[in-house]
Amino acid sequence: MSVTQAEVLAGVKDIVVEVAGIDPTTIEMEKRFNEDLEVDSLSMVEVIVAAEEKFGVKIPDEEVTKMTTVADAVNFIVSAAK
Amino acid sequence: MSKTRVVVTGLGATTPLGGDVPTTWEALLAGKSGVRTLTEEWAQEASVQFAARVAVEPSEVMERVEMRRLDRSEQFALIAAREAWKDAGSPDVDKTRLGVVVASGIGGVITLLDQYDILKTKGARSVSPHTVPMLMPNGPSANVGLELQAKAGVHTPVSACASGAEAIGYAMEMIRTGRADIVVTGGVEAAIHALPMAGFASMKALSTRNDDPTKASRPYDKDRDGFVLGEGGGVVVLESLEHAQKRGAKIYAELAGQGLTSDGYHIAAPDPEGTGVTRAVKFALEDSGVNLSEVVHLNAHATSTPAGDVAEANALGAALGEHISHVAVSATKSMTGHLLGGAGAIESIFCVLALHHRMAPPTINIENLDEAVTVDVVRDKPRALPAGPIVALNDSFGFGGHNVVLVFKSFEA
Repeated sequence: MSVTQAEVLAGVKDIVVEVAGIDPTTIEMEKRFNEDLEVDSLSMVEVIVAAEEKFGVKIPDEEVTKMTTVADAVNFIVSAAK
Repeated sequence: MSKTRVVVTGLGATTPLGGDVPTTWEALLAGKSGVRTLTEEWAQEASVQFAARVAVEPSEVMERVEMRRLDRSEQFALIAAREAWKDAGSPDVDKTRLGVVVASGIGGVITLLDQYDILKTKGARSVSPHTVPMLMPNGPSANVGLELQAKAGVHTPVSACASGAEAIGYAMEMIRTGRADIVVTGGVEAAIHALPMAGFASMKALSTRNDDPTKASRPYDKDRDGFVLGEGGGVVVLESLEHAQKRGAKIYAELAGQGLTSDGYHIAAPDPEGTGVTRAVKFALEDSGVNLSEVVHLNAHATSTPAGDVAEANALGAALGEHISHVAVSATKSMTGHLLGGAGAIESIFCVLALHHRMAPPTINIENLDEAVTVDVVRDKPRALPAGPIVALNDSFGFGGHNVVLVFKSFEA
């Protein structure tokens, strides 16, 4: 399954809104999950599990630890979904 | 050495009778029942199909995102604590002198069971990362502590249905021993779920009056057949008298002392001799230094079980002697159901308000008073309490043989 960056960003936005309850317009590619979006380490696990389900990808734990920004997550999902 | 005096300066609750303290108190004086038939699918096949759910769902007063990280018991704790803290005037206090002691009987049992369902159906990776902070029994206390940034100590005594009262007693000791100036304390429970209800039903502890739920909780009535499970909780703000007076706080009443004992008799059944209860009452009176003649009201544990209500009444008679005939006894579980770890907390609030308003709440559903009950029960309508210095007792007992008696006193400067 191939998805575009815009599609993945929209999906990640939905998930972050569900998990952290923040205003969707504040979620942009360069935003950091922990510092900017109130997604702490526990909530990050929720985001990842929901993203795996939504895009049908597997996101290994060692990749998760490298995901600081929304762009990190979106780009990984786009490449993994190819 | 005289003990540091501890006073009550804030009250908060969410109960089957109301989403806050004023609404709950009004319904209590009006003799309303908070018991309802359960509409959940699992309840349709259960042997007991009713319970006392909170009157106001947490979703009505709490943000969705906050709720999803909190067990229902933790939601109750925060709702009650927020009301109590605000009621106390949101005091400006040194955080290293602020403590929290909120208990629950069972902890986050609904989270535990829901996540186990997810584990079985969707696998381990889908289990929420919030599971452990949500199911741990200290979760309600920890969340209140975090919100208020309490740094003197956050604690969770667990003693089944005595937990809420034990928490308040522990909080009082934190102030007495100089560890804190203010302690936010109480108890909560959220256990209306198929499994805990099946467990209580299996013990034959629950009333099975499915055809008439609002009449099911009937302490001291001849035809009582068990307790009704309730949910919710209560939180009070305790403060050293010195600290309260310095900031000009409104003072509801004084928490004058406590008595603690254990039965050493049976894991679930009350000791028919009730000597553990009798000793707890005596210790509580000694600890508080009140005169027996000042004791005018008692909020009884009285859960509506055949054995428990009479054993308690006998023990109270043994402890208070002839004076028992001058004590107006209220069994408010007839209206709220049994909140387990929340019971001792909401009933402490009822004692405080009874002193504050000089009014003992009623006991409902007594059609035929059990002749074995020799205490003076306040039936159907509230009863006025006398002027002058007066004292109210709250007794709570838990599976395991835990006995806790708290002594509240009208505030005299």
